[in-house]
Amino acid sequence: MPQYTQVAPPEGYSAPGFFATTLDQVVGLARKNSIWPLPFATSCCGIEFMATMGANYDLGRFGSERLSFSPRQADLLMVMGTIAKKMGPILHQIYEQMAEPRWVIAVGACASSGGIFDTYSVLQGIDKVVPVDVYVPGCPPRPEQIIDGFMKIQELVGNEPLRRRYSPEYRSLLEKYGIK
Amino acid sequence: MDNNSMIDSLRGKYTTELFSIDESSDILTITVNKSCIKELVRWLKDEIGFGFLTDLCGIHIPGQTLELGVVYHLHNLPENKRIRIKTFTTKDNPKMSSITEIFSSANWMERETFDFYGIKFVGHPNLIRILNVEYLDYFPMRKEYPLEDATRSDKDDRFFGR
Repeated sequence: MPQYTQVAPPEGYSAPGFFATTLDQVVGLARKNSIWPLPFATSCCGIEFMATMGANYDLGRFGSERLSFSPRQADLLMVMGTIAKKMGPILHQIYEQMAEPRWVIAVGACASSGGIFDTYSVLQGIDKVVPVDVYVPGCPPRPEQIIDGFMKIQELVGNEPLRRRYSPEYRSLLEKYGIK
Repeated sequence: MDNNSMIDSLRGKYTTELFSIDESSDILTITVNKSCIKELVRWLKDEIGFGFLTDLCGIHIPGQTLELGVVYHLHNLPENKRIRIKTFTTKDNPKMSSITEIFSSANWMERETFDFYGIKFVGHPNLIRILNVEYLDYFPMRKEYPLEDATRSDKDDRFFGR
């Protein structure tokens, strides 16, 4: 029989017949292994993402084979590619349509900082319009790097306290981006 | 109509408005006063057969008295002849007659030229920005603005030899 690695249990107290841990960690465990990503692919980083979703790299191993093409059902916004200034408000609107809790990953140099397109028409990093949790460098990044960034997101999701989204810090972060 | 007879009829029609004629490059190129551009394009289309507007674009040459220009490329499809018309205007009063009445395809091209160079086409039905964001407060292709975006915050001048 081949050996499969299962998801490790969170820290807790176990004895024959029961296992006790905090609610935060149980919810985190469930969430982090069933993230529904919304791919917002505008250029070559999107092609790398297609490889990431494909059989070789298989993002499904991380519980994310189900892409959500509606922001309303998505947990993770994956922005891959150059975002023009004209696209900025659209990205902002898509972020607003996502339900809490939501995370954002900026894949590649363009989404992170504008990349080589230091020019009048290109948004100099998506963090000018939406808050970003993880930045993946590269031009474009290899699927391994995207997966690495995705695992960083999983780490954030798994360890997030349930009250974080109600905290005044988080509210003020959203207010900074004009999101109510 | 070959180049020579074309030049002759142009010289006969326009005396003062025709600034220069250049045959050295691939396409017959003429530079004209902006006052006659609409009439000239209409004449070329209706009388000579240049029925296709290949391109219309702007140009900015800093240091010239007439800094801003518009370049028209026309194509005579039956004879497979092309002509390039250049016309210039000042930066302070960048007005140009619109040729949308003659070529409908000039509509978007003139909007694009306005968007990037700020040339105002008089008589255009809807002269607003077409490619750039509406709130852009300058004309990015004019050679008087820095190439780089001013909102960039992660570039350290030391690493770029400045």
